[in-house]
Amino acid sequence: MLANLIGRFFQGILVLFVLFTVTFFLIKALPGGPFKSAEKAIPKHIREKIEAYYGLDQPVQVQYFRQLKNLLHGDPGLSLRLEGREVTEIISQAFPVSLRLGLAAMAIAICVGIPLGVIAAWKKNTLLDYSAMALAMIGICIPAFVIGPLLADQFGRRMNLLPAMGWDPTDPTSWVLPAVTLGLATAAYLSRLTRAGMLEILSQDYIRTAKAKGVGSFRMLVRHCLRGGLIPAVAFIGPAFAGIISGSVVIESVFAMPGLGMHFIKAIEVGDSPVILGIVMLYGTLIIIANFLTDLLGLWLNPRLRKS
Amino acid sequence: MEKSSSLWKDAGHRLSRNHAAMVSVVALFLIIAACIILPAIPEFIQDPDLQNLPNKNIAPSAGHWFGTDHLGRDILSRVLSGGRISIAVGLITTLVSVSIGVCWGALSGYAGGKTDAFMMRVVDVLYALPFLIVVILLGKTLEPLTAQLTKLAVAWFSPPGSASAAINKTTAWVEPITTLVPLFIAIGALSWLTVSRIVRAQVQSVAKQEFVEAARSLGLGHFRILFRHILPNTLGPIIVYTTLTIPGVMLLEATLSFLGLGVKPPYSSWGILIDEGANRMLSNPWLLFFPTLFFATTLFALNFLGDGLRDALDPKSAKD
Repeated sequence: MLANLIGRFFQGILVLFVLFTVTFFLIKALPGGPFKSAEKAIPKHIREKIEAYYGLDQPVQVQYFRQLKNLLHGDPGLSLRLEGREVTEIISQAFPVSLRLGLAAMAIAICVGIPLGVIAAWKKNTLLDYSAMALAMIGICIPAFVIGPLLADQFGRRMNLLPAMGWDPTDPTSWVLPAVTLGLATAAYLSRLTRAGMLEILSQDYIRTAKAKGVGSFRMLVRHCLRGGLIPAVAFIGPAFAGIISGSVVIESVFAMPGLGMHFIKAIEVGDSPVILGIVMLYGTLIIIANFLTDLLGLWLNPRLRKS
Repeated sequence: MEKSSSLWKDAGHRLSRNHAAMVSVVALFLIIAACIILPAIPEFIQDPDLQNLPNKNIAPSAGHWFGTDHLGRDILSRVLSGGRISIAVGLITTLVSVSIGVCWGALSGYAGGKTDAFMMRVVDVLYALPFLIVVILLGKTLEPLTAQLTKLAVAWFSPPGSASAAINKTTAWVEPITTLVPLFIAIGALSWLTVSRIVRAQVQSVAKQEFVEAARSLGLGHFRILFRHILPNTLGPIIVYTTLTIPGVMLLEATLSFLGLGVKPPYSSWGILIDEGANRMLSNPWLLFFPTLFFATTLFALNFLGDGLRDALDPKSAKD
C-alpha cells in the first residue's frame, strides 16, 4: 500500500511536468499575444519595453526554464493581463470561492443524483423510474445558462427568498442558487450512471441468490447492490469533482461571482501565460488527487480487485 | 457463428417489443428527416437567413409557426436547418470519443499493472490540458483542410457548368458541415477521458468474475475475452454515457461559436439558438422554447433508445 502510494506520488510529479511542458508550448503557439491586442494597439517601442520587462523578448527555451523554476518555487510570477498582480494572489482570492461553491454543488449532486438513480434502477420500467429519469434528462437538456437566470428570476427577484446574484462568504444563502444551478447537471449525470451501474448488478447471479435466501429488498439494495452499482458513478465523480471546484464561467457570469473560471477564460483570451499555467497546474494537481482517491474508492467498492 | 447471429436477432426482437424505444426510433427518424429534407424545399420552409425587419419578434402564428427573432428570421426554418448541424456534430463527435474511450479504458482495465498506470497517467495529463487553447489551435490548424473539403464537396454536388446561384445554394448547404466536422472529430479525439475511466472501472470489476476465468481456461485469447465476453457486460454504463455525451457536444458547439470556432453566422445550430433564446427568454420565450423542444425531444429519444438497447443486449436477460 505504501509502495503504491509512493509510486503514485512520483507518477503525479511526472504528470505535472509533462502537463507543464505541453501547456507552455501550447500557449506559445497561440496566435496574438498579451500585448498585441487588435483593439488598443500599443506603439511598437512601448510594447517591446513591456515585453522586455516580463522577459518575453528572450528565447523560448530561456522563458521555459525560467517559468519552470518559478513554478518549482511555488510562484508562477506576475499576471500579464492584470497589471502588478501576482498569480498566487489571484488564485488565493478566487479559488476559495470556486472551491466552496463546488463543494456545495457536489454535495447537492450526490445527495440528489445517487438516490434518484438507485430508486430508478430498483423500480425499473415503472412510472417512478420514468419520472426520475425524465427529471434527470431535463437537468441535462436545459443548460446552466438557462436554468441559472430562471432560478435567479423566480427565487431571487419575484419571491425575494434568496439573493439573486453576488457572493458573500459570510452569508450562506447567497451560495444556494449558484450551487443548485451548478449541481443540477452533475446530479443528472450521476443519476443516469447510478441507474446503469445498479442495473448491471441487479441482474447478477449473486443478487438472485441473496433474494432466494430471503434478504429483504431494501437491505439487499444497500448491502449487496450499492457497492458494485456505484462503480461507474464513482469513476465519473472523481474528474467531475476536480472540474467543478476549479470554477465555472457560466455560473460565475450568471451570478456575478468572483471565481476562478472567469480568470482562466480571460487569461486564455489574451495569452496571459503565468495565470494560465498557474491555474492549469492547480487543476492538474486536483485531477491527480481526485483520480487517485477514485481508484482507492474503487478498490473499496470492488473487493475482488484487492486480492491481486 | 450461428449463435452470434441469433444473439443479434434476439436483441432486435426484444428491442422491437420495447414501446418507449420504438417511439424514440420514430421520433428520431422524423426529426432527422425533417432537418435534412425540409430546408431543401423553398416552398415549405423559407430561407433560414432571410431577414425581414418589419416582421421582427412575431410570436408564433399562422405565418410563422415558431415565430420570428429580432431580425425577422423565421424560427422554424432556423431550428430545422440548425438541427442538421447539431445532429451531425453531436453524433460524429460522440462516435469518435466513445470508440476511443471504450478501447482505451477496456485495454487499461484489462491489462492492469504498469500498462494501466501509464495509460491512466496519459488520461490525467489530457484531463488537465487547457481544452480551450487546444481547440483554438486545432481550429487554426484545420482551417486550410476544411476550406479544401468545402471546395471538394461543392464540386461533388454541383456538376460542372451549374449556375452560380445553384453553386451558392450548395455551398450554403455543405459549408457549415464541412467546416465543423474536422474540428469536431478532433474534439471527439480529445474528449474520451471520462468514458475511458468509466469503462476501465467496469472492466476491472467484470474481469475478476468467474465466467471470465472460465473463458480463459477454455483457451480463449485476450482480445476475444475482452471484446466478446467482458465488454458486453459493461454495455449499460457505456450506452448511458454515450447518450449523455451528445447534449454536451451540441452545447459545446455553441460555446465555441462565440470564439469564432463553431458555426459561423448566418448559419445556426440548436446550441446557438438556445443561447440566443436564453438572452431574450423573459420577453420572447418562443425563441428559447422551440429550439429547446427539438433539442430535448432528440435527447429524450436517444436516451430511451439507449436504455432499450441496453436491455435488449443484456446477456443476462436472454432467458426472459
